[in-house]
Order: sequence, then structure tokens, then C-alpha cells
Amino acid sequence: MWVVSSRMLSIRNLKTYFRTPKGLARAVDGVSLDIGPGEVVGVVGESGCGKSVMALSILGLLPRPPAYFAGGEILFNDQDLLKFKPDEMRRLRGNQISMIFQEPMSALNPVFTVGNQLQEVFQVHRNLGRAEALQNAIDMLAKVGVPAPERRVREYPYQLSGGMRQRVMIAMALACRPALLLADEPTTALDVSIQAQIIELMTALKEELDTAILLITHDLGVVAEITRRVAVMYTGKIMEEAPTLDLFDAPLHPYTRGLLTSIPRADASFETESLTEIKGVVPSVAALPPGYHFEPRCPEAIDICRAQAPALEEARPGHRVACWRAAHA
Amino acid sequence: MPELLTVQNLVKHFPVRRGFLGRRTAVVHAVDDVSFSLGENETLGLVGESGCGKTTTGFSILRLIEPTSGEVCFRGENILSLPPERLRHLRRHMQIVFQDPFGSLNPRLTVERVIEEPLLNHEDLSGAERRIRVQEALVMVGLLPEHMTRFPHEFSGGQRQRICVARALVLRPRLVIGDEPVSALDVSVRAQVLNLMIRLQRQLNLSYLFISHDLAVIRYVSHRVGVMYLGQIVELAATKALYARPLHPYTWALLSAVPVPDPRRARQRIILEGDVPSPMNPPAGCRFHPRCTEVKSICREQAPIMRVVEDNHAVRCHLYEDGEPWNPAPPLHRKPEAGDKQPKGGNA
Repeated sequence: MWVVSSRMLSIRNLKTYFRTPKGLARAVDGVSLDIGPGEVVGVVGESGCGKSVMALSILGLLPRPPAYFAGGEILFNDQDLLKFKPDEMRRLRGNQISMIFQEPMSALNPVFTVGNQLQEVFQVHRNLGRAEALQNAIDMLAKVGVPAPERRVREYPYQLSGGMRQRVMIAMALACRPALLLADEPTTALDVSIQAQIIELMTALKEELDTAILLITHDLGVVAEITRRVAVMYTGKIMEEAPTLDLFDAPLHPYTRGLLTSIPRADASFETESLTEIKGVVPSVAALPPGYHFEPRCPEAIDICRAQAPALEEARPGHRVACWRAAHA
Repeated sequence: MPELLTVQNLVKHFPVRRGFLGRRTAVVHAVDDVSFSLGENETLGLVGESGCGKTTTGFSILRLIEPTSGEVCFRGENILSLPPERLRHLRRHMQIVFQDPFGSLNPRLTVERVIEEPLLNHEDLSGAERRIRVQEALVMVGLLPEHMTRFPHEFSGGQRQRICVARALVLRPRLVIGDEPVSALDVSVRAQVLNLMIRLQRQLNLSYLFISHDLAVIRYVSHRVGVMYLGQIVELAATKALYARPLHPYTWALLSAVPVPDPRRARQRIILEGDVPSPMNPPAGCRFHPRCTEVKSICREQAPIMRVVEDNHAVRCHLYEDGEPWNPAPPLHRKPEAGDKQPKGGNA
């Protein structure tokens, strides 16, 4: 059995780089993040910020080459996942740590029934026989709110709606009651009313199974709904990390503030006269500006920002920020 | 406001053909009896979940797909009965911006060729005149004249969407249909494109039909909003009224379900059961009744009609037909109170 420590997952100075024809892409560049047992941590960022690569690094799902780890460690219950052999990783994956993806259609195998794919989890990780595994699969589908699970197990993914497919993905991911669930944009491809169902489901299952969740998303609304702590990523680095309430109440980094004031809101009590724009575009990690990567877009940049990137420092208890002005205000 | 566009009882049915003989076996009711109008300088938002018919409505107005029946009047002329030559002439006043700026620009054409194409079709200009118009359009959307010689792949998503806007505006149209124009863009770039579209509306006196699934985006850009469900508009009102006091149970549920970036906000979420039914055989009676929290027996039997219940606030729902109207608390208006549940998640 695994020994549960207070920091179940501890990512330390992780560097995941890609060798590309255009040069070295530092997709994840020195990220440190801890997740405790049963904790829900959000990672927000725009496309290309490295949030998905970070999740795939944890599970060892990146093709190597072109990816390689240039440094750091990923401690899961004090064991470094980067040093795991492929078959050790395979035993862990889907069992202790599992993942759900944005597009449930491409994450499910189209030529096998839902039952087949779900059953496999129990057969591989729990050594159950076919009949018993099938029964477990049906129970799991019922738990994630799939109606008529006895009938659904015999259906193929194309016969299910998007919301139902995501429920199947969640059933598969939680089948072995993992300690950690990596959820990569789990609601992005879904309609608003279905998105609400899935958020509700994930929250309920989290309470019941005490699974820690690393929620990766670009949607600050979803982050506000379900996370306790959140890290904001930009060009492979964490810009700010804080308890969710703190981050929304008193964001310290100009990028976080920019994100929060640039999104339109649907709640009637919140009046938006005009949205603030963050100027410029997200740079590609293969062609980063020199000095501090956010400096060209930052409305508050000072001289030192052009020369040197600030380190992630604790500005208030539990609230870390990588900004020259915020850290020394 | 004088009306620029009026849509009356628009219907689009797609036949489903199956088998060797291609027999018509079913009909998809993509758009069923949609009516609205759009004034000069006005933005009407159409919002709804996938499959509700919002894009089909937009395409039908431009006759990019041929509607089954109904009437679309643009400046008093019924577009649906116009001969092709006259339609071509009117089209220059009606342009569209698509969702995917990667798919809607030909990768083999330079930006200049992309933007000048509408001019070649509709105006008789010399090469030099065209070039000036292209440059003006680029500057208008916040790009540089020298970007003209580049290819679409050299631009980011937000810049490409600006190119699409420039292409739509180069003919100086009256009406622009935006079909999810910011949905494919990054969060920090979305605000740039939205603000650009709002600014250009004021500068050029444009009317927008803005189609999106995103209730927050729709609220920001629209003067009036129509909420669509299974091919019908179920509620149509001024933006402020719709968001502060939604009348249809579907709108109510949608608004309560949108994640809002405020962890302190109290939640009274209505979770809609099940999925949107197939538009191939929409439910009898009110199309929303199988998922409605307020369903009554009449809803299963009789389809409600659109009726105006307050100033410029129309709703398609039996709850407002007689007696006491349904009067729920506005879903997103409540400030948190002591004893409210704290945001969920973790025990760190």
C-alpha cells in the first residue's frame, strides 16, 4: 500500500521541454505545485501555457522524444514518478492516478462498447473476472448518473450524447477510486446545462470518494465553482498561486487581474461597462521574448521586468506571485 | 429604431434520407417558426445550446441554406423571393464572420487577396483603388497595411479573426452576422475582438446578429437577446431585462448554470435533467416540457405561443397565460448571506 503523506503530489521545479525543428520549446519551465489528499486545485491558463503538458508529464503520457524532462521531480506519495519504469507507471495509471480529457469522443475507443472499455479497468487493475467486472462497470455507470446502465454497457460511444460520454469517461477514471484525478478541460466541449451537470457530478463524487482533483481549464468560472486553490500559468511558468478566494478577492499579478477583468460575465448583479483588454497575444513557447515573458503585454512593467524574470515568491501567507512589483509592494 | 431586418415565421426542415432509394424517413426540425426583427445600429444576440438552430437561422437569413418557408425582409425586400441577380446585389449589404478563423481563410491566398475578393465580386474598382480599400479595412480592424502581403498562417487566432472582420466590412455592409466569432479565441484575446466589433458598430452604423452559446459574451455585446431551444425562440427581451429577470424556465436554468468567476457567489442552481432532445422528433406540446421544472399538464399537450408579457419582453411559455405569473427569484442576483454554503472543494 501507498503511504499517504500530507503532500500527496508534489511537483518540484518540473521542466518538460520539447525538441522541435524550430528549436527548443520550454512547455513547462520550472513549475512547483503541491496537492494534498482530497484537495481540489485548479490550473488556469490560455492555450499553450503548458497546463496540459504538465498533466501529461505526471502520467508519463508524453511521447519521448520529442519531449524530455530537463529537470525537476514529480513526487507522488514521496516517490518520484519521473524515475518509474513503464510497467510501474502502467500499474499506477488508471489505478492511483487517472485522467479525463476534454473531448470524450476521441478519448473513448469507437469500436468497443462502453461496457467493454469500462470492464477492462476492473480486469486489469483489480484482477476481476469478466462477469464480475461487467457488474462493477454497470454499478459505476449508475453512480455517475447514466440512466439504464444495463442497456448502456452494450452501446458504442457514438450512440451516446456528449454529456453521457463524459460521464462514461468519469466512470472509467474513478473506477479504481484513484487518489488523484487529473481533469483536463472536462467541461469545455459541453453545453452549459450539461456542463452544470458534470460539475455537480464531479463535486459529489469527490466528496464520496475523497479523490483529489487537479482541474486544468481556461475557464475562471469553473475554477471559482469547485477549486480551493488555484495556480495561474503563462508560458510554462506559474505566475500566481493562491487560495481561490484570495485570488479572486485580491489578485496580485497583472496577468491575473487582466484575465479577471477581460472576461464578460452573465450574472446580473455584476455590471460590465467595458472589458479591459490584455494587449498583444500569447507568445509561442518556441519563440519567447527575452527577459520576462509577460513584460511586453504587461501594463505595469518597469525596467527590471525587461531584464530579468521575477521568481515565484510568497507575498502573503499561502499566496505566491511572480511579479517584481507585487512581491515587493 | 427603423427595422433593417425582419424575420417572420422562418422554418427550415432538413429531410433525413435513408436506404438504397434515399427515401425520406424523417425530418429534422432545425428552425421552426422563428420571428424577430433587427433595427439599425442594433445588436440582437441569439443564444442557445448546440442543435438549437441558431446557426441555421443565421445561414437562412443570408440564404446560405435555403429556408423551407417564412419571410426574411431586408430593408423591406423579401430576400426569399428575390431573383438571383437581385439577391446578389443585396448580399453586399449582408456579411458574415464565422467561428473558426483557421478554417474560414484560404491558406493559399495572401491577406490582400482574401480581403479584396468581395470587392472584385461587387465593385468595379481599379487595382490601386482596391488596394487602398484593403489597407483601410486592415487599419480599421487594428492591423497594419503591410500585413497585406502575408499569409493567414503567419497570424495568431485573434489576428485572423480581425482579418475575417476586415473581409466582412470591406464592402461597408449594413448587417453583419457573427456566428460564434470569438468562441475559438483565447480568453485574453476575446475582449480585444469584442471591443473591436462594438467600436466598429458605432463607427460604421452596423447592425449585428450575434450568434453564440456563451451567455456572458451575448450579454456584453447585445442590445436585445433571443434565447433559442430546439429550433424556436423561447424568450426575446432587452438584454438587461432578460438577465435580471428571465421569464422562461429554460432561460432561468441556463443563467443559473453558467459558471461565474466569483467564488463567493451563493448558488441556487437549477440543474436541467437529461440532454436536449433530438430535433428529429421534438417533444409534443411545449418542446421544453420533458426538462422543465415547472411543467404543468397543459405543457404536454399544447404548444405555447410567443406572447408579449411585459414591455418588449416576449416569452413562449404556458406559465404566463393566465392568473398569477410565475415569479422566481432572479437566479444570479442574490448576494451571499451568512449561513450560505462556502464554495466546495478540498479540505486543505
